[in-house]
Amino acid sequence: MAKYLLLKHYRGAPAAVNDVPMDQWTPEEVSAHIQYMRDFATRLEGTGEYVGGEALSPEGTFVRYDGEGQPPVTDGPFAETKDLIAGWMVIDVETYERAVELAGELSAAPGAGGKPIHEWLEVRPFLTAPPTISECHGG
Amino acid sequence: MDEALLRTLTPTVIGILVRRGADFAAAEDAVQDALVEAVRVWPGGPPRDPQGWLVTVAWRKFLDATRADTSRQRREVLVEAEPVAGPGEAVDDTLQLYFLCAHPSLTPASAVALTLRAVGGLTTRQIAQAYLVPEATMAQRISRAKRTVSGVQFNQPGDVATVLRVLYLVFNEGYSGDVDLAAEAIRLTRQLAAKINHAEVAGLLSLMLLHHARRPARTGPDGRLVPLAEQDRGRWNTRLIAEGVDVLQIALASDRLGEFQAQAAIAALHADARKAEETDWVQIVEWYDELVRLTDSPVARLNRAVAVGEADGPRAGLAALAELDPALPRYTAVAAYLHERDGDLVTAARLYAEAARSAPNLPEREHLTRQAARLNLLK
Repeated sequence: MAKYLLLKHYRGAPAAVNDVPMDQWTPEEVSAHIQYMRDFATRLEGTGEYVGGEALSPEGTFVRYDGEGQPPVTDGPFAETKDLIAGWMVIDVETYERAVELAGELSAAPGAGGKPIHEWLEVRPFLTAPPTISECHGG
Repeated sequence: MDEALLRTLTPTVIGILVRRGADFAAAEDAVQDALVEAVRVWPGGPPRDPQGWLVTVAWRKFLDATRADTSRQRREVLVEAEPVAGPGEAVDDTLQLYFLCAHPSLTPASAVALTLRAVGGLTTRQIAQAYLVPEATMAQRISRAKRTVSGVQFNQPGDVATVLRVLYLVFNEGYSGDVDLAAEAIRLTRQLAAKINHAEVAGLLSLMLLHHARRPARTGPDGRLVPLAEQDRGRWNTRLIAEGVDVLQIALASDRLGEFQAQAAIAALHADARKAEETDWVQIVEWYDELVRLTDSPVARLNRAVAVGEADGPRAGLAALAELDPALPRYTAVAAYLHERDGDLVTAARLYAEAARSAPNLPEREHLTRQAARLNLLK
């Protein structure tokens, strides 16, 4: 099993195919979209592939160390250029193919007109600690 | 096994160990160990005297730990010099625990964690689950908190206001994991109210009861937020409402008004209306005036603007809102609501969408997005 991070972006990714802003949908379409994501997470809990997920506020701040005795420098948010992350889900799946398959399903969440939004999701594998016992040949 | 009973006994048992000569941190650790053992052993046959059982086991754990400790000689002298008291009345000790765990030298997060463990009898795992942090993180938080208060005298008089703030924080955390923190906060506040005659303790208890009474109606089956006006009032818990109103009336009669009593009074007026239209907004505005006078809180002023909008019309509400800082949390949502009531759907829809983007939690964001979507459909 390996863990993958599925990232939803506010901006920075190519536009979704069905790219109507959410507040222009009907309330039922908003509910259907949210329900789809909930059902998706619940189903993955059932298959033992769900690790966690959270939604993030669009506002972020860049912070930098500014030298001994100085308070950290903060700036931003740089909303125009920064790759803003809307939310994430961590899954723990058998293969990369399965991670891509699930990201594809998540991207099909319904939007305006009840049609899939086809948004771009980023799939990032987690780096793991080195194995305690290295696998070797001929054992 | 009666887990609620275990939790109720926790502060008493810690108090007994402290009176026998254990320092607070060691007593707290020992009682946690005893609780874990109780969870393991009691299902097979609970003891006839649960408190006596816990005291015995916790004391043994304490002695084991003390012997294993490098400073064991000093402590053993202390332990032997201390007369052994029986597991009798320890009411005052429990009250001291509330004060110690909410000590002003602790950060709010640490005070909350320590209160839930030492006064509430929850395990580190349960607290970690409730706050959605790893257990190791929470264990560290609690150890740090215990180190911070280690020098505080156990019999020092405490600050009720600080305890109330901690309990209020616990209550507002609501529900996640296998522990209902709102119910836990009510239990602890009830215990506190039984030990101390203080109008604001009663005020907070009343406020919690009245809010808790509405909880079944606050969310839809899909976790969706249901605003007060649309709630199915048949699902409000009338028993809790009646208790909350009783507690409030006794507190108000003592003529020592404070912010929790004022907030409870507002909650009681909402609870009193059988239909949303029957809400006595004029009285609610008066209570908000009291609350603003008592706290000068910008959030109270913001809520007052909503109440003014209901009592005197949306224009009056918008005028009250105009005096406040637009950077306040939920300012935009309130503005959206008042503009909608004023008939300006275009502005309202834009503000709802803007408010959704800065919403502090997911259910609120989803609710505000739906509001924007609904208006965009109408306009």
